[in-house]
Parts: sequence; C-alpha cells; structure tokens
Amino acid sequence: MLRRTLPLTLALLTAVSLTACSNPDAGTASSSTKPLVVATAGEPDTLNPILGYGTDGASLIFDGLVARDAQNTLIPALAAELPVVNGTTVTAELRGGVTFHDGTALTADDVVFTYRSVMDPEVDSLLRSDLDMLDKVEATDASTVVFTLKYAYAPFLQRLVLGIVPAKALTGQDINKAAFNRQPVGTGPYQVTAWTPGDKLQLTANDTWWGGKPATSAVVVAFVADDNVRAQRTRAGEFDAVELAPKLATPFPGFGVHKVPTADYRGVMLPMKNPVTGDLAVRKALNVAADRSAMVTGVLAGAGEPAYGPVPPTSEYAEPSVAGTGSADTAAAGKLLDDAGWTAGADGIRAKNGQRATFTLMYPATDSLRKELALAVTADAKKAGIEIKPEGLTWDAITPRMRSDALIMGFGNPYDPDFVSYKLFRSDFAEQGYYNPGSYHSAVVDQALQDGRSRPDNRKDAYTTFQKQLAADVPWIFLTYLQHTYVVRDGVNGVSPRVEAHEHGVENSIWWNLHTWTRA
Amino acid sequence: MIKLVRRRLAVAVPVLFATSIGMFLLGAASPMDPAMQYAGATAFTTDPANLAQIRANWGVDDPLPVQYARWLGNLFQGDLGWSTSRHEPVGAVIAARAGWTLLLIGVTLAVVLAGSLLLGTIAAYRRGGLFDRGIRAAAYAVESMPVFWLALAAIAVFALALGWFPAGGLTDVTATSTTFGDVAHHLVLPVAVLTVSQAPWFLLFVRDSVADSLRDDHVLAARARGLRGRTVLFGHALRTALLPFLTLVGTHLPELVGGSVLVETVFSLPGLGAVSVQAALGSDFPLLAAITLITTAVVLLANLCTDLAYTAADPRVRIDG
Repeated sequence: MLRRTLPLTLALLTAVSLTACSNPDAGTASSSTKPLVVATAGEPDTLNPILGYGTDGASLIFDGLVARDAQNTLIPALAAELPVVNGTTVTAELRGGVTFHDGTALTADDVVFTYRSVMDPEVDSLLRSDLDMLDKVEATDASTVVFTLKYAYAPFLQRLVLGIVPAKALTGQDINKAAFNRQPVGTGPYQVTAWTPGDKLQLTANDTWWGGKPATSAVVVAFVADDNVRAQRTRAGEFDAVELAPKLATPFPGFGVHKVPTADYRGVMLPMKNPVTGDLAVRKALNVAADRSAMVTGVLAGAGEPAYGPVPPTSEYAEPSVAGTGSADTAAAGKLLDDAGWTAGADGIRAKNGQRATFTLMYPATDSLRKELALAVTADAKKAGIEIKPEGLTWDAITPRMRSDALIMGFGNPYDPDFVSYKLFRSDFAEQGYYNPGSYHSAVVDQALQDGRSRPDNRKDAYTTFQKQLAADVPWIFLTYLQHTYVVRDGVNGVSPRVEAHEHGVENSIWWNLHTWTRA
Repeated sequence: MIKLVRRRLAVAVPVLFATSIGMFLLGAASPMDPAMQYAGATAFTTDPANLAQIRANWGVDDPLPVQYARWLGNLFQGDLGWSTSRHEPVGAVIAARAGWTLLLIGVTLAVVLAGSLLLGTIAAYRRGGLFDRGIRAAAYAVESMPVFWLALAAIAVFALALGWFPAGGLTDVTATSTTFGDVAHHLVLPVAVLTVSQAPWFLLFVRDSVADSLRDDHVLAARARGLRGRTVLFGHALRTALLPFLTLVGTHLPELVGGSVLVETVFSLPGLGAVSVQAALGSDFPLLAAITLITTAVVLLANLCTDLAYTAADPRVRIDG
C-alpha cells in the first residue's frame, strides 16, 4: 500500500520532519509496561533448537533438561533433579506440571523427539557433531527419559542444556523448512510475538513459566549488524543493554560498561610438518617472545587477558603453573634459539643447518582482530630473530594450507575442557577438517584427554597433565582470552554477567537471566 | 507502442535466461562452501562428515547441469527455491524485504528528479550567479563523499546531536505494529542521505543541459517574441534538455540500487541490501539468482519506460516498432 502513495508519503515525510522534535515519547506506552530493549549483532538464522538455536542454553524461549546458573554450574530445569549418570546410562525424571506456550503439557516424548531429530541425518543439524557419544534415547514412561551412550562420557549432562521442542508441533514435517523455525513454541520464560528478520525479535513474558513469572512483561531484541551504527543508536538512547566492540564501549551519561570474561581464546597454531615451526626450540622461543600484555592493551583495548592454554583461568580445571607474566622475554627467547643452534645471520634472522628461521602466518583477512594479533606476533618474533610473513586469506585459501603454514585460530567455551580440546589436540584427529590441522602428536596428551572424559573420578588430574604437557610441547602459542563488552542503562537491576562462550547473541549474552531484570 | 512493448518482452526472456546461466557459472566458480557459511563459527568444531551430510541434503555437490535443471524446473512451478543463508523460502525473503527497498528507492528517485530539475534549471537561468556557484560547489563536494560517511554524519547530527530523527530501524524499536507515521519518520534520514548522495550528478547534468539549450535558436526566438521568462525557461529550454536526461535516469538506476544497499546497512533497514550481501558471502545461489533476475527485470523495465517517455517528450522520435 505504501508504494502506491508516494506523493502522500513525501508530503507526510515533510510534515513529520517538522513536528518530530516536539514530543518523541508521544504515543508510546507508559513506563511500567515499556519493554526492555537489548541489541546485538548476532541475529539467529533460526529459532529452532534442533537446528542450532541456543545450543548452550539460556535461549529465553526454550528450556533444556538442565540449565546453568551465574557460575555456569548445572542446575535442573525441565528435569526435576540433575539426571543420574550410571556408566553409559543417563536417566532424567521430568519436572511435573510444565506446559509449552501453547498450553500443551511437556512429556518425555517431547524430549525424545528433540534428541532423535538432532540425530536424524535428514535434518540439517550441526549438533550431531556434539552428540556423537549418544547411541539412543527412549521414554520409559511419560516423565522418564533414558539416554544410552556409546561410551562413558563424563561431561554428558552439559549436553542436556539443549532446548526441548514440542513433538506435536513438528511431527511429520520437514524440520529444515518448518514454519516453527520462525514462530517457535517452547517452555521458556518468554514467547515469541513477532520476528522481523534484519530488524527485531519481539517477546512477551510466559506468565505461567515453571520458574516463576518473569519480572519484565515485554522484551525486544534489536538486530543491528554494524558496530558503529549500534554504538550510535545506543547513544541515541534506544537500547537498555547492548553489546559493543571494546573500543566503542565507553561510558557515557546514563549508561555503564560491563566487561565480561569469556573462554574464547586466540592463538597461533604451529604445524609440526613445517621445518621451522616443527622445531621445539622455535616454538618455545616464539611463546616467550610474545608480548601478551601489549596485545591486550593495544589490540583488544584492554578487553581481554593473556592466555597460556586452552582451559580458561575461570575454569575449575585451570592449571595455574602454566601461566606466565604476560610480558615478553626476548632474552630468554634468544637463549633458547642459541642453545638449539639457531644462529643469527647478517640481517638478524637466524638460521640452522641452512634453514632460515622464517615461516608464513595465515589469518582470515576479514577478521581485523586476528590480523592485528598476527602483526603483533610478527613484530615480537622479529626481535628474537624469527621472520614471520603474515598473510591475510579467505578460509577457502587457508584450509588446504593449514598442514604446513601457521594460522591464527580461536576457540573456546567455558563449560567443559573436553568440548573443544579433545578434538583439537588428540593425534587421531590430525588433519581432519579444522581439528588438529597441525598434526600435533603426544601420547601423554592423548591419554590425558581420554581419561578426562572416561574417568569421571579423576578429571582434575587428567586436565592438569594435559595442560602441563601442552605447555612443554607448545603446539600453539596461546595469546589472549577475549572479553565481551556491554553497555547497560543505569537503573537496570539484576544484571549478573557470567563467563561467556564464543557464540552469543539473543542467547547466552549478558542478558542470559533477562527474566529477572527490573528497571528502576 | 504495443508492438514495441511486445518486442521488448520477447527480448527480455533470453536475456533473463542468459543471466540465470551466468549466475550459475559464477556460483560454481565461487570457492565458498554454503555448508560452512550455514555453520558459521560452529564449522570449526563440526565433524567434516556432518557438513558433508548437509551438503548432500541440499544437493549442492551435484553436477552443475543437474542443479540448474532442478532450479529451472522449480522456477516454472513458481518455486524460487530455498535460501540456505536465510533458512526460509526465497519467495518469503523477497516478499518481506523487497517492498522496503522499493519504497526507499522510489521515494528517493522522486525527490532526486524533482529537486535536481528545479534547482538545476534555476542555476542554469542565473548561471554564474551566487546560487549557481554555490550549488555547483556543494554538488561537487557531496559527489566526493562516500554515501556511508554521509549517512553516519547525518546520524551524528540529526539523530544524536539534535534528536530530530531516529538513528536507524524501520519502526520505533518498542513499536508492536508497523504504522505509516512511524515508518515515514524513520525513512526521512535514509531518503535524505540517499537523495543527497545521488542528486549532484543529476543536478549538474540538468544545469549544463538547460544552460546549453538557453542558447538554442528556438529559445532565443521565444524570448524575442516577448514570452515570459518562466515560460521560456520551463516550457522551452527545460523541455529540450529533458530528453537526454530521461536516458540518464534509466542508466543511472543501478547506481541508485547500489547506494541503497549501503544506506540500508547503515540505517539497519530490513531491505534486500543486507540479505544480498549475506547471500553473496554464503554462496546462497537460489537467493542470489532471484535477486539478480529481479534486478535485471527492473533494469529492462526501466529502459522500456525511458524509451516510451522519450517518444512522449519528443514527437519527432518514433521508435521503430
């Protein structure tokens, strides 16, 4: 209709422009029912948990069998108690009286349907990779679900945060293309009113939520992809909470900044098949030559901390002895290289037996953070007499070269050390896609990672061994852990940041507990 | 004239057909993997077998002729395909967004045409005067400014400093419905920015063109007959200058579309701009093909309209139909 009334539109545009400044709040509802507005760049592709929405829980719309509290500790959600693990059998008893947003009751069949759909090869779900230990899932009665695993897997309960969908709404449909993916029905504290892709997601409170009536009755999640635009709209006062890049997240009147720690690290993967990075002395020298503190202040604008291993310092499994001071020790790097026979040439670059100490460091060209880290590593290495040639490429160009050229990579989630590290550092995953592309091989690490998942009584020791061996072999130079920076309006109460994963957007951001937020 | 329209339509079919084949070949040459794009950051922790399974589900590893035949077959049944980057039918993606892009471009085009004709003609009439020199200087200055820079500057001044207009979005972020006034208020800045960025080129052209025709014999003759200045200017000089201008509008349309992509991005408008970029980066062939075909059709249609307008504006022009 709008297109047919262009002249009228023009006239109105003029009229509105003249009157707009008089009363910006006219027409909006009173402040008590005004929605909370949060803004993020991370618009989901789908709102169906089976296809990957809110796989780490805290999805506002859905609940899993279990959830995580402010310390990321597992607590029961749709399960009445934390499910019982008995070898390869995991039994979950459902909470009674839970209903979906459409009023139907939650039963064990819904849980079985959700997990079986993820396992179905016809369904385009990437969660299958995370559930490769799952053999089958069955309902033994209306409120009991039994998971049978292929092998003992200590952190299995962490995989039960996945949101449960109503079987009735999806049975017999093509899940990949179901209308449900855009108009979902869950059990969570909020239900979807409307989703305008590219613009916003409107949510209203589920007043009969089993966890209690949400404090705020309406929520809007605005999707603004561009960092600068999001920052400007924040300053115009549109949002109550917003994620901004560290350099843009500066305090301004009426708003405060939150720096939230993450388990998301960046580092340099050093391939063993490269003649230079395959040398342990070179890897150790690069590790001590890296000025991590300078990277945190210079590259990350202070929103980060030095990294020394794949287990974040906030984890209960972190081994403190592998951590360094954060500053560079070029003299120690020089000594390591001297002792190993790498001697400096006329141009300051070292060589050993005719092999010059030079290698290529690839980074994805569109990722400015990884580019700046690559340049920082290059500058630090040069001081120790190692020449790095940084090269920005697309992933398609990077992938075939990962076996022999170093690469800036990043991973990490805070939930369990098994999740990423098992496939990243075990030798049997060497050169499988992005798993262990550098062909790192250590029998000690292989055994420790296996013990970590199959021997639940002794996980702490296993991961201590793992981290110490990694620090001795240096298959990666871990550089920094990132922090996510948010700007939150003064007077918003209930904000309780927790350690975040790389993936965050509508779900798992600082507003993971949005249902408890209130506004003064 | 009907003959002309019919003949143009007959030409349009093979053009669209060739465009779609070209799109397919480009898509095949692209090294990007749609399954990787679908996975996003998850791709790095996903089993390669899982990604291969998804590619098999989509049939994107099938031979090119097979994929093309499948796509064409679906197209003839009215099915534009499934967008792998947006996770919904291509038809639904376009239906939800094309209207906003057309609105932005349509309003902008109207303002650009009206504004550049009026200001250009006045500048030509008083050529060498203060107004003429001022507007030319401004036009050259704006011409050299990137549109996204103009957009960010407009937000800084009119949204942040003065607070007159919203900084982005299609409706108020807390609005629960789409109302005319709300949308109009939100479109003022985007339309203004796109207009300012597109207008200089048109304006300078009109100014030079009218200035030239003011020296034409028939204009001098009209003056000599004692006709009013305004009648001479708009009735005689502008009308002559209008002919090449019409051609330009048709050929300049793609640039306007390009500018609208940037403006949509800066003002977070849910138009076709952002999804086009996403589709290109994600090798989302079905969506790219549909957008390209629509754009091609619009350009062909614009050229046809230009020709028709030409015959209407100049009775001497008879298109060989």
